[in-house]
Amino acid sequence: MKVLVPVKRVVDYNVKVRVKSDQSGVDIANVKMSMNPFDEIAVEEATRLKEKGVVQEIVAVSCGVAQCQETLRTAMAIGADRGILVQTDVELQPLAVAKLLAALAAKEQPSLIILGKQAIDDDASQTGQMLAALLDWPQATNASKVELEGDRVQVTREVDGGLETLSLALPAVITTDLRLNEPRYVTLPNIMKAKKKTLDTFSPADLGVDAAPRLKTLKVSEPPARAAGVVVPDVATLVDKLKNEAKVV
Amino acid sequence: MSILVIAEHDNVQLNAATLNVVAAAAALGGDIHVLVAGAGARAVAEQAAQVQSVAKVLLADGPALANGLAENLSRQVLALAGDYGHILFAATASGKNVAPRVAARLDVAQVSDIIAVESPDTFVRPIYAGNAMATVQSVDPVKVITVRTTGFDPVAAQGGGAPIAEVEAVGDSGKSSFVGRALAKSDRPDLASASVVVSGGRGLGSAENFKILDALADKLGAALGASRAAVDAGYAPNDWQVGQTGKIVAPQLYVAVGISGAIQHLAGMKDSKVIVAINKDAEAPIFGVADYGLVADLFEAVPELVKAL
Repeated sequence: MKVLVPVKRVVDYNVKVRVKSDQSGVDIANVKMSMNPFDEIAVEEATRLKEKGVVQEIVAVSCGVAQCQETLRTAMAIGADRGILVQTDVELQPLAVAKLLAALAAKEQPSLIILGKQAIDDDASQTGQMLAALLDWPQATNASKVELEGDRVQVTREVDGGLETLSLALPAVITTDLRLNEPRYVTLPNIMKAKKKTLDTFSPADLGVDAAPRLKTLKVSEPPARAAGVVVPDVATLVDKLKNEAKVV
Repeated sequence: MSILVIAEHDNVQLNAATLNVVAAAAALGGDIHVLVAGAGARAVAEQAAQVQSVAKVLLADGPALANGLAENLSRQVLALAGDYGHILFAATASGKNVAPRVAARLDVAQVSDIIAVESPDTFVRPIYAGNAMATVQSVDPVKVITVRTTGFDPVAAQGGGAPIAEVEAVGDSGKSSFVGRALAKSDRPDLASASVVVSGGRGLGSAENFKILDALADKLGAALGASRAAVDAGYAPNDWQVGQTGKIVAPQLYVAVGISGAIQHLAGMKDSKVIVAINKDAEAPIFGVADYGLVADLFEAVPELVKAL
Protein backbone atom coordinates (compact mmCIF):
# COMPACT_ATOMS: atom_id res chain seq x y z
CA MET A 1 0.00 0.00 0.00
CA LYS A 2 1.21 3.47 -0.87
CA VAL A 3 0.54 6.52 1.30
CA LEU A 4 0.82 10.14 0.16
CA VAL A 5 1.64 12.67 2.87
CA PRO A 6 1.34 16.36 1.97
CA VAL A 7 3.46 18.63 4.20
CA LYS A 8 3.40 22.42 4.46
CA ARG A 9 6.24 24.78 5.29
CA VAL A 10 4.94 27.33 7.80
CA VAL A 11 6.22 29.92 10.26
CA ASP A 12 7.43 28.00 13.32
CA TYR A 13 4.95 27.35 16.10
CA ASN A 14 6.94 29.45 18.58
CA VAL A 15 7.27 32.58 16.46
CA LYS A 16 4.92 35.47 17.11
CA VAL A 17 4.40 37.02 13.70
CA ARG A 18 4.32 40.76 13.06
CA VAL A 19 1.95 42.53 10.75
CA LYS A 20 3.78 44.59 8.09
CA SER A 21 3.39 48.34 8.50
CA ASP A 22 1.86 48.69 5.01
CA GLN A 23 -0.79 46.08 6.02
CA SER A 24 0.07 43.92 2.99
CA GLY A 25 0.59 40.82 5.11
CA VAL A 26 2.70 39.42 7.93
CA ASP A 27 6.46 39.74 7.91
CA ILE A 28 7.99 36.31 7.36
CA ALA A 29 11.43 37.46 6.20
CA ASN A 30 14.18 36.01 8.41
CA VAL A 31 11.65 34.09 10.49
CA LYS A 32 12.20 30.47 11.47
CA MET A 33 10.19 28.12 9.27
CA SER A 34 9.17 24.55 10.15
CA MET A 35 6.90 21.76 9.06
CA ASN A 36 3.28 22.39 10.03
CA PRO A 37 2.93 20.44 13.33
CA PHE A 38 -0.18 18.55 12.22
CA ASP A 39 1.64 17.44 9.05
CA GLU A 40 4.45 16.12 11.22
CA ILE A 41 1.85 13.97 12.98
CA ALA A 42 0.72 12.79 9.52
CA VAL A 43 4.26 11.75 8.51
CA GLU A 44 4.69 9.98 11.85
CA GLU A 45 1.40 8.08 11.41
CA ALA A 46 2.36 6.94 7.91
CA THR A 47 5.76 5.87 9.21
CA ARG A 48 4.18 3.82 12.00
CA LEU A 49 1.88 2.12 9.48
CA LYS A 50 4.96 1.26 7.44
CA GLU A 51 6.76 -0.08 10.50
CA LYS A 52 3.72 -2.29 11.17
CA GLY A 53 4.11 -3.68 7.65
CA VAL A 54 0.74 -2.52 6.30
CA VAL A 55 2.25 0.29 4.21
CA GLN A 56 5.07 -0.24 1.72
CA GLU A 57 5.83 3.24 0.45
CA ILE A 58 5.43 6.76 1.81
CA VAL A 59 5.62 9.70 -0.60
CA ALA A 60 5.87 13.17 0.93
CA VAL A 61 4.63 16.13 -1.13
CA SER A 62 5.07 19.83 -0.55
CA CYS A 63 3.73 22.71 -2.65
CA GLY A 64 5.37 26.12 -2.62
CA VAL A 65 8.73 27.86 -2.84
CA ALA A 66 12.08 26.10 -3.40
CA GLN A 67 12.81 26.07 0.36
CA CYS A 68 9.97 23.56 0.83
CA GLN A 69 12.69 21.05 -0.04
CA GLU A 70 13.87 21.41 3.57
CA THR A 71 10.40 20.46 4.80
CA LEU A 72 10.45 17.43 2.50
CA ARG A 73 13.89 16.41 3.82
CA THR A 74 12.48 16.54 7.36
CA ALA A 75 9.58 14.32 6.26
CA MET A 76 12.10 11.89 4.72
CA ALA A 77 14.16 11.95 7.92
CA ILE A 78 11.06 10.92 9.89
CA GLY A 79 10.29 8.09 7.49
CA ALA A 80 9.04 9.14 4.04
CA ASP A 81 10.72 7.17 1.23
CA ARG A 82 10.79 9.93 -1.35
CA GLY A 83 9.64 13.47 -1.90
CA ILE A 84 7.84 15.51 -4.53
CA LEU A 85 8.05 19.29 -4.64
CA VAL A 86 5.50 21.23 -6.65
CA GLN A 87 7.49 24.40 -6.96
CA THR A 88 5.95 27.81 -7.46
CA ASP A 89 6.39 31.32 -6.10
CA VAL A 90 2.68 32.05 -6.54
CA GLU A 91 0.67 32.43 -3.30
CA LEU A 92 -1.02 29.05 -2.91
CA GLN A 93 -4.50 28.88 -1.43
CA PRO A 94 -6.18 25.67 -0.21
CA LEU A 95 -8.21 25.04 -3.39
CA ALA A 96 -5.07 25.30 -5.55
CA VAL A 97 -3.12 22.99 -3.25
CA ALA A 98 -6.00 20.49 -3.28
CA LYS A 99 -5.96 20.55 -7.11
CA LEU A 100 -2.19 20.02 -7.23
CA LEU A 101 -2.47 17.13 -4.77
CA ALA A 102 -5.39 15.62 -6.69
CA ALA A 103 -3.27 15.68 -9.86
CA LEU A 104 -0.41 13.97 -8.02
CA ALA A 105 -2.81 11.40 -6.54
CA ALA A 106 -3.95 10.55 -10.06
CA LYS A 107 -0.29 9.96 -10.99
CA GLU A 108 0.81 8.12 -7.86
CA GLN A 109 -2.38 6.17 -7.12
CA PRO A 110 -2.00 6.02 -3.32
CA SER A 111 -4.52 4.10 -1.19
CA LEU A 112 -4.40 6.67 1.54
CA ILE A 113 -3.56 10.36 1.85
CA ILE A 114 -2.78 11.58 5.37
CA LEU A 115 -2.34 15.29 6.10
CA GLY A 116 -2.75 17.81 8.91
CA LYS A 117 -6.22 19.01 9.91
CA GLN A 118 -5.12 22.61 9.52
CA ALA A 119 -2.01 24.67 8.86
CA ILE A 120 -1.06 27.02 11.66
CA ASP A 121 -0.46 29.98 9.34
CA ASP A 122 -3.71 30.54 7.44
CA ASP A 123 -5.75 28.37 9.87
CA ALA A 124 -8.07 27.52 6.95
CA SER A 125 -8.65 23.80 7.61
CA GLN A 126 -9.77 23.13 4.06
CA THR A 127 -7.15 21.29 2.01
CA GLY A 128 -7.83 17.70 3.09
CA GLN A 129 -11.58 17.97 2.65
CA MET A 130 -11.23 19.75 -0.72
CA LEU A 131 -8.81 17.08 -1.91
CA ALA A 132 -11.21 14.31 -0.89
CA ALA A 133 -14.06 16.07 -2.71
CA LEU A 134 -12.03 16.59 -5.93
CA LEU A 135 -11.02 12.92 -5.94
CA ASP A 136 -14.53 11.86 -4.87
CA TRP A 137 -12.96 9.89 -2.00
CA PRO A 138 -14.33 9.54 1.51
CA GLN A 139 -12.69 11.50 4.32
CA ALA A 140 -12.11 11.38 8.05
CA THR A 141 -10.95 14.68 9.52
CA ASN A 142 -9.43 15.29 12.97
CA ALA A 143 -8.30 11.68 13.38
CA SER A 144 -7.18 10.44 16.79
CA LYS A 145 -6.93 6.74 15.81
CA VAL A 146 -6.37 5.03 12.45
CA GLU A 147 -6.78 1.29 11.88
CA LEU A 148 -6.37 -0.29 8.45
CA GLU A 149 -8.58 -3.33 7.89
CA GLY A 150 -8.21 -4.85 4.40
CA ASP A 151 -9.75 -2.50 1.87
CA ARG A 152 -11.21 -0.22 4.53
CA VAL A 153 -9.88 2.08 7.21
CA GLN A 154 -11.55 2.70 10.55
CA VAL A 155 -10.90 6.16 11.94
CA THR A 156 -11.80 7.66 15.31
CA ARG A 157 -12.33 11.41 15.01
CA GLU A 158 -12.27 14.25 17.51
CA VAL A 159 -15.64 16.04 17.24
CA ASP A 160 -17.36 18.66 19.38
CA GLY A 161 -18.23 16.95 22.64
CA GLY A 162 -16.34 13.69 22.16
CA LEU A 163 -15.34 11.07 19.61
CA GLU A 164 -16.90 9.59 16.51
CA THR A 165 -15.81 6.48 14.61
CA LEU A 166 -16.18 6.06 10.84
CA SER A 167 -15.34 3.28 8.45
CA LEU A 168 -14.12 4.41 5.02
CA ALA A 169 -13.61 2.48 1.80
CA LEU A 170 -10.07 2.95 0.46
CA PRO A 171 -8.75 5.05 -1.15
CA ALA A 172 -9.47 7.73 1.43
CA VAL A 173 -8.22 11.01 2.89
CA ILE A 174 -7.44 11.35 6.60
CA THR A 175 -6.56 14.56 8.44
CA THR A 176 -4.70 14.36 11.73
CA ASP A 177 -5.52 15.76 15.14
CA LEU A 178 -3.24 16.37 18.09
CA ARG A 179 -3.61 13.09 19.92
CA LEU A 180 -3.11 10.72 16.99
CA ASN A 181 0.54 10.25 17.92
CA GLU A 182 3.61 12.04 19.19
CA PRO A 183 6.11 12.53 16.37
CA ARG A 184 9.58 11.10 16.98
CA TYR A 185 12.69 13.22 17.23
CA VAL A 186 14.63 13.25 14.01
CA THR A 187 18.09 11.74 14.49
CA LEU A 188 21.26 12.87 12.76
CA PRO A 189 21.82 9.55 10.92
CA ASN A 190 18.27 9.77 9.57
CA ILE A 191 18.83 13.36 8.46
CA MET A 192 21.94 12.17 6.57
CA LYS A 193 20.00 9.28 5.01
CA ALA A 194 17.20 11.63 4.00
CA LYS A 195 19.63 13.69 1.94
CA LYS A 196 20.18 10.72 -0.35
CA LYS A 197 16.50 10.02 -0.95
CA THR A 198 14.85 10.94 -4.28
CA LEU A 199 13.22 14.33 -4.58
CA ASP A 200 11.35 15.12 -7.80
CA THR A 201 10.23 18.60 -8.77
CA PHE A 202 7.22 19.62 -10.84
CA SER A 203 5.58 22.92 -11.66
CA PRO A 204 1.82 23.49 -11.41
CA ALA A 205 1.81 23.67 -15.22
CA ASP A 206 3.41 20.20 -15.43
CA LEU A 207 0.39 18.93 -13.51
CA GLY A 208 -2.06 20.95 -15.64
CA VAL A 209 -3.28 22.99 -12.68
CA ASP A 210 -4.10 26.70 -12.59
CA ALA A 211 -2.83 27.59 -9.12
CA ALA A 212 -3.72 31.30 -9.20
CA PRO A 213 -5.21 32.57 -5.92
CA ARG A 214 -8.98 33.08 -5.79
CA LEU A 215 -9.29 35.13 -2.64
CA LYS A 216 -7.87 38.61 -2.69
CA THR A 217 -6.29 39.78 0.56
CA LEU A 218 -7.20 43.46 0.81
CA LYS A 219 -5.33 44.09 4.03
CA VAL A 220 -3.84 42.43 7.07
CA SER A 221 -4.08 44.32 10.34
CA GLU A 222 -3.20 43.93 14.00
CA PRO A 223 -5.94 42.45 16.15
CA PRO A 224 -7.50 44.89 18.62
CA ALA A 225 -5.36 44.94 21.75
CA ARG A 226 -6.86 44.12 25.12
CA ALA A 227 -6.54 46.83 27.74
CA ALA A 228 -4.16 45.91 30.54
CA GLY A 229 -5.79 44.61 33.69
CA VAL A 230 -4.83 44.71 37.34
CA VAL A 231 -3.13 42.26 39.64
CA VAL A 232 -5.17 41.73 42.78
CA PRO A 233 -3.46 40.96 46.11
CA ASP A 234 -5.75 38.17 47.34
CA VAL A 235 -8.84 36.05 46.71
CA ALA A 236 -11.11 38.36 48.72
CA THR A 237 -10.23 41.33 46.49
CA LEU A 238 -10.73 39.19 43.39
CA VAL A 239 -14.21 38.17 44.49
CA ASP A 240 -15.05 41.77 45.37
CA LYS A 241 -13.93 42.99 41.93
CA LEU A 242 -15.87 40.25 40.13
CA LYS A 243 -19.02 41.04 42.08
CA ASN A 244 -18.94 44.82 42.26
CA GLU A 245 -16.74 46.04 39.41
CA ALA A 246 -17.10 43.52 36.59
CA LYS A 247 -20.49 42.30 37.87
CA VAL A 248 -20.02 38.87 36.33
CA VAL A 249 -20.73 36.70 39.38
CA MET B 1 -29.51 36.13 -4.41
CA SER B 2 -30.62 34.14 -1.40
CA ILE B 3 -28.38 32.83 1.35
CA LEU B 4 -28.31 29.20 2.43
CA VAL B 5 -27.46 28.45 6.05
CA ILE B 6 -26.68 24.84 6.92
CA ALA B 7 -28.27 24.05 10.28
CA GLU B 8 -26.23 22.23 12.88
CA HIS B 9 -28.20 19.69 14.91
CA ASP B 10 -28.37 16.14 16.27
CA ASN B 11 -31.76 15.31 14.65
CA VAL B 12 -33.49 16.40 17.86
CA GLN B 13 -32.20 19.81 18.82
CA LEU B 14 -31.06 22.76 16.73
CA ASN B 15 -27.55 23.69 17.88
CA ALA B 16 -27.27 27.27 19.17
CA ALA B 17 -24.34 27.89 16.80
CA THR B 18 -26.88 28.11 13.97
CA LEU B 19 -28.29 31.29 15.53
CA ASN B 20 -24.90 32.98 15.19
CA VAL B 21 -24.63 31.85 11.57
CA VAL B 22 -28.07 33.27 10.80
CA ALA B 23 -26.83 36.54 12.33
CA ALA B 24 -23.88 36.53 9.92
CA ALA B 25 -26.28 35.81 7.06
CA ALA B 26 -28.43 38.76 8.13
CA ALA B 27 -25.33 40.98 7.95
CA LEU B 28 -24.92 39.95 4.30
CA GLY B 29 -28.47 40.95 3.39
CA GLY B 30 -30.84 38.78 1.36
CA ASP B 31 -33.43 36.06 1.93
CA ILE B 32 -32.14 33.53 4.45
CA HIS B 33 -32.99 29.88 3.90
CA VAL B 34 -31.96 27.25 6.44
CA LEU B 35 -31.25 23.68 5.36
CA VAL B 36 -31.98 21.00 7.94
CA ALA B 37 -30.46 17.79 6.59
CA GLY B 38 -30.97 14.80 8.84
CA ALA B 39 -33.03 11.70 9.55
CA GLY B 40 -36.24 12.07 11.52
CA ALA B 41 -35.30 15.71 11.94
CA ARG B 42 -38.68 17.43 11.51
CA ALA B 43 -38.52 18.73 15.08
CA VAL B 44 -35.27 20.53 14.19
CA ALA B 45 -36.91 22.06 11.10
CA GLU B 46 -39.73 23.31 13.31
CA GLN B 47 -37.22 24.92 15.66
CA ALA B 48 -35.38 26.47 12.70
CA ALA B 49 -38.69 27.90 11.42
CA GLN B 50 -39.03 29.83 14.68
CA VAL B 51 -35.62 31.48 14.34
CA GLN B 52 -35.73 35.18 13.64
CA SER B 53 -34.77 36.45 10.15
CA VAL B 54 -35.28 33.04 8.52
CA ALA B 55 -37.45 33.23 5.36
CA LYS B 56 -37.68 29.52 4.60
CA VAL B 57 -36.62 26.17 6.02
CA LEU B 58 -35.65 23.33 3.72
CA LEU B 59 -35.96 19.87 5.24
CA ALA B 60 -34.02 17.02 3.63
CA ASP B 61 -34.90 13.93 5.60
CA GLY B 62 -33.39 10.55 4.79
CA PRO B 63 -31.33 7.73 6.30
CA ALA B 64 -28.10 8.76 4.54
CA LEU B 65 -28.21 12.05 6.44
CA ALA B 66 -28.63 10.54 9.91
CA ASN B 67 -25.07 11.04 11.09
CA GLY B 68 -23.82 14.04 9.18
CA LEU B 69 -21.37 12.05 7.02
CA ALA B 70 -19.41 14.61 5.00
CA GLU B 71 -19.78 12.69 1.73
CA ASN B 72 -23.58 12.66 1.95
CA LEU B 73 -24.17 16.03 3.57
CA SER B 74 -21.97 17.81 1.02
CA ARG B 75 -23.90 16.19 -1.83
CA GLN B 76 -27.16 17.32 -0.24
CA VAL B 77 -25.90 20.90 -0.11
CA LEU B 78 -24.60 20.70 -3.68
CA ALA B 79 -28.00 19.45 -4.87
CA LEU B 80 -29.47 22.78 -3.70
CA ALA B 81 -26.48 25.08 -4.23
CA GLY B 82 -27.55 26.42 -7.64
CA ASP B 83 -30.08 28.77 -6.10
CA TYR B 84 -27.71 30.55 -3.75
CA GLY B 85 -25.00 33.21 -3.79
CA HIS B 86 -23.79 32.45 -0.27
CA ILE B 87 -23.61 29.13 1.57
CA LEU B 88 -22.86 29.44 5.28
CA PHE B 89 -21.78 26.87 7.84
CA ALA B 90 -20.84 27.26 11.49
CA ALA B 91 -17.09 26.90 12.01
CA THR B 92 -17.68 23.85 14.21
CA ALA B 93 -16.30 20.33 13.84
CA SER B 94 -19.22 19.51 11.54
CA GLY B 95 -19.18 22.72 9.50
CA LYS B 96 -15.42 22.59 8.95
CA ASN B 97 -15.75 18.97 7.88
CA VAL B 98 -18.34 19.57 5.16
CA ALA B 99 -17.93 23.13 3.83
CA PRO B 100 -14.63 22.59 1.94
CA ARG B 101 -16.14 19.61 0.08
CA VAL B 102 -18.95 21.87 -1.12
CA ALA B 103 -16.54 24.66 -2.12
CA ALA B 104 -14.20 22.33 -4.00
CA ARG B 105 -17.02 20.74 -6.01
CA LEU B 106 -18.31 24.21 -6.90
CA ASP B 107 -14.72 25.17 -7.82
CA VAL B 108 -14.82 28.20 -5.52
CA ALA B 109 -12.60 29.34 -2.68
CA GLN B 110 -13.88 28.93 0.85
CA VAL B 111 -13.61 31.71 3.39
CA SER B 112 -12.96 30.09 6.77
CA ASP B 113 -13.86 31.34 10.21
CA ILE B 114 -15.16 34.82 9.39
CA ILE B 115 -15.62 37.17 12.35
CA ALA B 116 -17.05 40.15 10.45
CA VAL B 117 -18.86 40.96 7.20
CA GLU B 118 -17.54 44.09 5.46
CA SER B 119 -19.71 43.68 2.37
CA PRO B 120 -21.38 40.74 0.62
CA ASP B 121 -18.02 39.71 -0.88
CA THR B 122 -15.54 40.98 1.73
CA PHE B 123 -14.92 39.41 5.12
CA VAL B 124 -12.56 39.62 8.08
CA ARG B 125 -10.93 36.45 9.37
CA PRO B 126 -8.16 35.77 11.88
CA ILE B 127 -4.90 34.19 10.71
CA TYR B 128 -1.79 33.06 12.61
CA ALA B 129 -3.76 32.11 15.71
CA GLY B 130 -5.48 35.48 15.77
CA ASN B 131 -2.20 37.43 15.75
CA ALA B 132 -3.33 39.09 12.54
CA MET B 133 -6.68 39.91 10.98
CA ALA B 134 -7.02 39.44 7.22
CA THR B 135 -9.64 41.27 5.20
CA VAL B 136 -10.32 39.08 2.18
CA GLN B 137 -12.48 39.48 -0.89
CA SER B 138 -14.00 36.58 -2.79
CA VAL B 139 -14.73 37.20 -6.46
CA ASP B 140 -16.11 33.69 -7.00
CA PRO B 141 -19.78 33.47 -8.03
CA VAL B 142 -20.71 31.55 -4.88
CA LYS B 143 -19.27 32.33 -1.47
CA VAL B 144 -18.82 29.28 0.74
CA ILE B 145 -18.17 30.49 4.26
CA THR B 146 -17.67 29.11 7.75
CA VAL B 147 -18.68 31.50 10.51
CA ARG B 148 -16.84 31.83 13.80
CA THR B 149 -19.79 31.90 16.17
CA THR B 150 -18.13 34.22 18.68
CA GLY B 151 -17.92 36.92 15.99
CA PHE B 152 -21.68 37.38 15.69
CA ASP B 153 -24.31 37.85 18.39
CA PRO B 154 -27.02 35.20 17.97
CA VAL B 155 -30.42 36.08 16.53
CA ALA B 156 -33.46 35.20 18.66
CA ALA B 157 -34.44 31.53 18.61
CA GLN B 158 -38.12 32.48 18.78
CA GLY B 159 -40.43 34.86 17.04
CA GLY B 160 -39.98 33.80 13.44
CA GLY B 161 -42.53 31.90 11.41
CA ALA B 162 -40.88 30.54 8.30
CA PRO B 163 -42.56 27.91 6.11
CA ILE B 164 -40.96 24.46 5.94
CA ALA B 165 -40.45 22.95 2.49
CA GLU B 166 -39.42 19.35 2.04
CA VAL B 167 -36.68 18.66 -0.46
CA GLU B 168 -35.51 15.32 -1.81
CA ALA B 169 -32.85 13.72 0.38
CA VAL B 170 -29.73 12.32 -1.28
CA GLY B 171 -28.88 8.62 -1.10
CA ASP B 172 -25.78 7.14 0.51
CA SER B 173 -22.41 7.59 -1.21
CA GLY B 174 -21.50 4.00 -0.32
CA LYS B 175 -17.96 5.14 0.54
CA SER B 176 -18.19 5.81 4.23
CA SER B 177 -20.21 4.46 7.10
CA PHE B 178 -20.90 5.55 10.63
CA VAL B 179 -19.63 3.14 13.29
CA GLY B 180 -20.29 4.87 16.59
CA ARG B 181 -20.10 7.94 18.71
CA ALA B 182 -18.80 8.41 22.24
CA LEU B 183 -19.93 11.78 23.48
CA ALA B 184 -18.94 12.88 26.94
CA LYS B 185 -21.97 13.08 29.18
CA SER B 186 -21.92 16.16 31.30
CA ASP B 187 -24.39 18.26 33.25
CA ARG B 188 -22.22 21.28 32.61
CA PRO B 189 -23.00 23.83 29.89
CA ASP B 190 -21.58 23.37 26.40
CA LEU B 191 -18.05 24.79 26.27
CA ALA B 192 -18.52 26.69 23.00
CA SER B 193 -21.59 28.60 24.19
CA ALA B 194 -21.17 28.71 28.00
CA SER B 195 -21.35 32.13 29.68
CA VAL B 196 -18.66 31.13 32.19
CA VAL B 197 -15.63 28.94 31.44
CA VAL B 198 -13.10 27.61 33.95
CA SER B 199 -9.96 26.36 32.20
CA GLY B 200 -6.95 24.53 33.55
CA GLY B 201 -3.40 24.32 32.26
CA ARG B 202 -0.21 22.42 32.85
CA GLY B 203 0.05 24.06 36.27
CA LEU B 204 -2.56 21.58 37.51
CA GLY B 205 0.10 18.89 37.31
CA SER B 206 -2.09 15.81 36.80
CA ALA B 207 -5.51 14.56 35.70
CA GLU B 208 -6.24 13.88 39.37
CA ASN B 209 -5.43 17.48 40.35
CA PHE B 210 -7.63 18.77 37.51
CA LYS B 211 -10.64 17.77 39.62
CA ILE B 212 -9.90 20.74 41.87
CA LEU B 213 -11.62 22.81 39.16
CA ASP B 214 -14.91 20.88 39.48
CA ALA B 215 -16.03 22.70 42.61
CA LEU B 216 -15.21 26.09 41.08
CA ALA B 217 -17.08 25.23 37.88
CA ASP B 218 -20.05 24.00 39.94
CA LYS B 219 -20.13 27.22 41.89
CA LEU B 220 -19.97 29.39 38.76
CA GLY B 221 -22.19 27.18 36.59
CA ALA B 222 -19.26 27.04 34.23
CA ALA B 223 -18.09 24.78 31.43
CA LEU B 224 -14.65 23.25 31.86
CA GLY B 225 -11.85 23.94 29.41
CA ALA B 226 -8.15 23.23 29.12
CA SER B 227 -5.02 24.50 27.44
CA ARG B 228 -3.35 22.44 24.74
CA ALA B 229 -0.49 21.75 27.13
CA ALA B 230 -2.91 20.18 29.61
CA VAL B 231 -4.54 18.12 26.86
CA ASP B 232 -1.12 17.06 25.54
CA ALA B 233 -0.13 15.96 29.03
CA GLY B 234 -3.31 13.88 29.33
CA TYR B 235 -4.83 15.94 32.15
CA ALA B 236 -8.01 16.73 30.21
CA PRO B 237 -9.92 15.38 27.19
CA ASN B 238 -9.24 16.96 23.79
CA ASP B 239 -12.78 18.29 23.38
CA TRP B 240 -12.04 20.63 26.30
CA GLN B 241 -9.19 22.23 24.38
CA VAL B 242 -9.47 26.00 24.03
CA GLY B 243 -7.17 27.65 21.49
CA GLN B 244 -6.04 27.92 17.90
CA THR B 245 -6.52 24.22 17.21
CA GLY B 246 -9.33 23.64 19.68
CA LYS B 247 -12.46 25.60 20.51
CA ILE B 248 -12.81 29.36 20.28
CA VAL B 249 -14.79 30.73 23.20
CA ALA B 250 -15.92 34.19 24.25
CA PRO B 251 -17.81 33.82 27.55
CA GLN B 252 -18.78 36.61 29.95
CA LEU B 253 -16.19 35.26 32.38
CA TYR B 254 -13.12 33.15 31.62
CA VAL B 255 -11.09 31.85 34.54
CA ALA B 256 -7.63 30.59 33.53
CA VAL B 257 -6.07 28.46 36.24
CA GLY B 258 -2.45 27.35 35.98
CA ILE B 259 -2.33 28.45 32.33
CA SER B 260 0.80 30.29 31.20
CA GLY B 261 -0.91 31.83 28.17
CA ALA B 262 0.82 30.61 25.00
CA ILE B 263 -0.31 32.57 21.92
CA GLN B 264 -2.13 29.46 20.70
CA HIS B 265 -4.25 29.45 23.87
CA LEU B 266 -4.88 33.20 23.84
CA ALA B 267 -6.22 32.78 20.29
CA GLY B 268 -9.11 30.80 21.72
CA MET B 269 -10.20 33.00 24.61
CA LYS B 270 -9.00 36.57 24.35
CA ASP B 271 -12.40 37.83 23.18
CA SER B 272 -13.91 36.82 26.52
CA LYS B 273 -15.58 39.75 28.30
CA VAL B 274 -13.77 39.35 31.61
CA ILE B 275 -10.63 37.26 32.04
CA VAL B 276 -9.31 36.10 35.40
CA ALA B 277 -5.88 34.47 35.64
CA ILE B 278 -4.55 32.52 38.59
CA ASN B 279 -0.91 31.54 38.24
CA LYS B 280 2.05 31.41 40.58
CA ASP B 281 4.39 32.79 37.90
CA ALA B 282 4.00 36.57 37.90
CA GLU B 283 5.74 36.72 34.51
CA ALA B 284 3.24 34.40 32.78
CA PRO B 285 1.92 35.97 29.54
CA ILE B 286 -1.66 35.20 30.60
CA PHE B 287 -1.46 38.23 32.90
CA GLY B 288 -1.02 40.37 29.79
CA VAL B 289 -4.62 39.70 28.72
CA ALA B 290 -6.23 39.19 32.14
CA ASP B 291 -8.55 41.84 33.58
CA TYR B 292 -7.84 40.45 37.04
CA GLY B 293 -4.67 38.57 37.82
CA LEU B 294 -3.93 36.70 41.01
CA VAL B 295 -0.35 35.61 41.57
CA ALA B 296 -0.83 32.64 43.86
CA ASP B 297 -0.52 28.89 44.28
CA LEU B 298 -3.64 27.61 42.57
CA PHE B 299 -4.00 24.71 45.01
CA GLU B 300 -4.58 27.25 47.77
CA ALA B 301 -6.33 29.97 45.77
CA VAL B 302 -8.95 27.81 44.03
CA PRO B 303 -10.47 26.26 47.20
CA GLU B 304 -10.38 29.68 48.83
CA LEU B 305 -12.16 31.17 45.82
CA VAL B 306 -14.83 28.45 45.94
CA LYS B 307 -15.45 29.29 49.58
CA ALA B 308 -15.59 33.04 48.98
CA LEU B 309 -17.99 32.96 46.04
